Amino acid sequence: MIDYSFPGLFNYWIVFLLMMIGFYIVIAHENLIKKIVGLNVFQVSVFILYISMAKIKGGTAPIIADGINVYSNPLPHVLILTAIVVGVATTALGLALVVRIQESFGTIEDDEVREIEEREE
Amino acid sequence: MTFLIENISVLVVIVPLMSAPICVIVRNGNFAWAWATIVAFITFALSVMMLGHVMESGTILYKMGNWDAPWGIVYRVDPLGAFVIVIVSAIAAVVFPYAKQSIEKEIPKERHYLVYCMLLLCMAGLIGMAVTGDAFNLFVFLEVSSLSTYVLISLGNDRRALTASLRYLILGTLGATFYVIGLGMVYMMTGSLNMTDLAHLLPAVQNTGTIHVALAFIVVGFGLKMAMFPLHVWLPNAYTYAPSAVTSFLASTATKVAVYALIRLLFTVFGDVDPLETYGVRNSVMVLAIAGMFAGSIVAIYQDNVKRLFAYSSVAQVGYMILGMSIGNAPALAGGIIHMFNHALTKGALFMAMGCVYYVIGSVKIEDMSGLAKRMPMTSAAILAGGLSLIGVPLTVGFISKFYLVQGALAAGMWPIALLIMLSSLLAVIYVWRIVEVMYFRTPAIGQEQYSEAPLSLLVPTYIMLAAVFWFGITASYTGDVAMSAAQTLLGGSQ
Repeated sequence: MIDYSFPGLFNYWIVFLLMMIGFYIVIAHENLIKKIVGLNVFQVSVFILYISMAKIKGGTAPIIADGINVYSNPLPHVLILTAIVVGVATTALGLALVVRIQESFGTIEDDEVREIEEREE
Repeated sequence: MTFLIENISVLVVIVPLMSAPICVIVRNGNFAWAWATIVAFITFALSVMMLGHVMESGTILYKMGNWDAPWGIVYRVDPLGAFVIVIVSAIAAVVFPYAKQSIEKEIPKERHYLVYCMLLLCMAGLIGMAVTGDAFNLFVFLEVSSLSTYVLISLGNDRRALTASLRYLILGTLGATFYVIGLGMVYMMTGSLNMTDLAHLLPAVQNTGTIHVALAFIVVGFGLKMAMFPLHVWLPNAYTYAPSAVTSFLASTATKVAVYALIRLLFTVFGDVDPLETYGVRNSVMVLAIAGMFAGSIVAIYQDNVKRLFAYSSVAQVGYMILGMSIGNAPALAGGIIHMFNHALTKGALFMAMGCVYYVIGSVKIEDMSGLAKRMPMTSAAILAGGLSLIGVPLTVGFISKFYLVQGALAAGMWPIALLIMLSSLLAVIYVWRIVEVMYFRTPAIGQEQYSEAPLSLLVPTYIMLAAVFWFGITASYTGDVAMSAAQTLLGGSQ
């Protein structure tokens, strides 16, 4: 039976709390920078998801040495290193686009940008 | 020669990937164009060679760094993968020569080399998605292609290209992250990321809640990337405001490769689970596909911007591919796969023709195209011919894929579906007719009657693409064989 009690699986509660916060910001906020940051929070929650599942209680780094029998899984860490790089690139590109939107529209509020666009149609 | 054959699955990714930075180092637009074009030709030659090899002697397996699967990353090329790679590299080999003049017109000179760098990166990412046998590697290549796509779209000369790009960035990143979440859950349950290995491990855990949620995340994630209705909202603006050459390349490749990735995940990774049947979602996927076919076409009818009209029509065409996937017997799946190729050719040709229109008259609004047939007869004929293929008139490729789909629907005893495929084609008649009527039966605006055809460097690639539309429409046996063999390989996994 899965244990749904709070804070039974504390990390996973945090993961999904962060995930929903990030997702909500992306959907609900009009400010484009906040949207990008929300997207970042969303991605970071997934990083924690991966790191949490790799952890074993009492496990150490995967090295061969006397007296060490329990290892944490190193693979998710490596995967998440890659995902972090992707996340950084996405955030950088997103913010660069916001700068250019500010330069050409004079605003970074999504509703105002949309209004200007509708007038151009 | 043996070196080439042994390493061919890696070379098709590495050649464009390593060539991209050279464009940035040299910083010269003309060099970058020539370089990218040569690389596209080389990649195309390699991929055709690879398809021949796969069809002859079976699946290619390449172990990265000689690490055995499932510990190392493997590249695995079966008929479907090889076919998708040929689509991507063939489109690149036709669009890149076309890009030079079109991009000179639409993008400031100092950014030219960046365009070609990004096109090469995008191509490498898309080919990588088709070649990899590792589920996380798929995400990495997905992001390589996506990030370069966002940059390419933002290079459009309308300022709305920026917002289109940013909105696509937000939705695309959500989609890719959804995929990573789903994959994380799959990894939790199985401890493997190798696709073949996953296919063996998944049936044992197929009835756990984790796998159900994982599959939902994966399907929604790729649904976003492939513009599956109703997750298509990013697509119309992105295709409308991107530079013409970029639209031609993306419209013919990006969504197709995402469809490929979903087919790969559903029929290979989850192949032994048969998720459509096991989880009882076949009907809901089918309903979404059909809703996409109709919604895309109906919205397309009311568009005044012809590029956006074709973009909405792309949403409808993605619906056909998903439909082929969801019916799930060999002819229908082959129809979906062959439609990836056929629609790539058709939309490539159409968007290239729209690039010619934009090059000469500086607009893609339908009212500015009145009487176009008198001013640009060649371009207008290209749009007409491409439109016929979009409808699915015999002798064009559009007919072939719809023929397979209808055959599959009838074989599955779903004649209402076959009827709906025909009906949605009739909607295509309406929006294609709208353009044809404006081009051929209206008089040009006063002062714009003079003959001014697009330059040959734009027309020739457009007509090469069109020639392919008719060539593969008349001699459909080769593409049909490849698609059938791909479909049978995929469905073989689920038996």
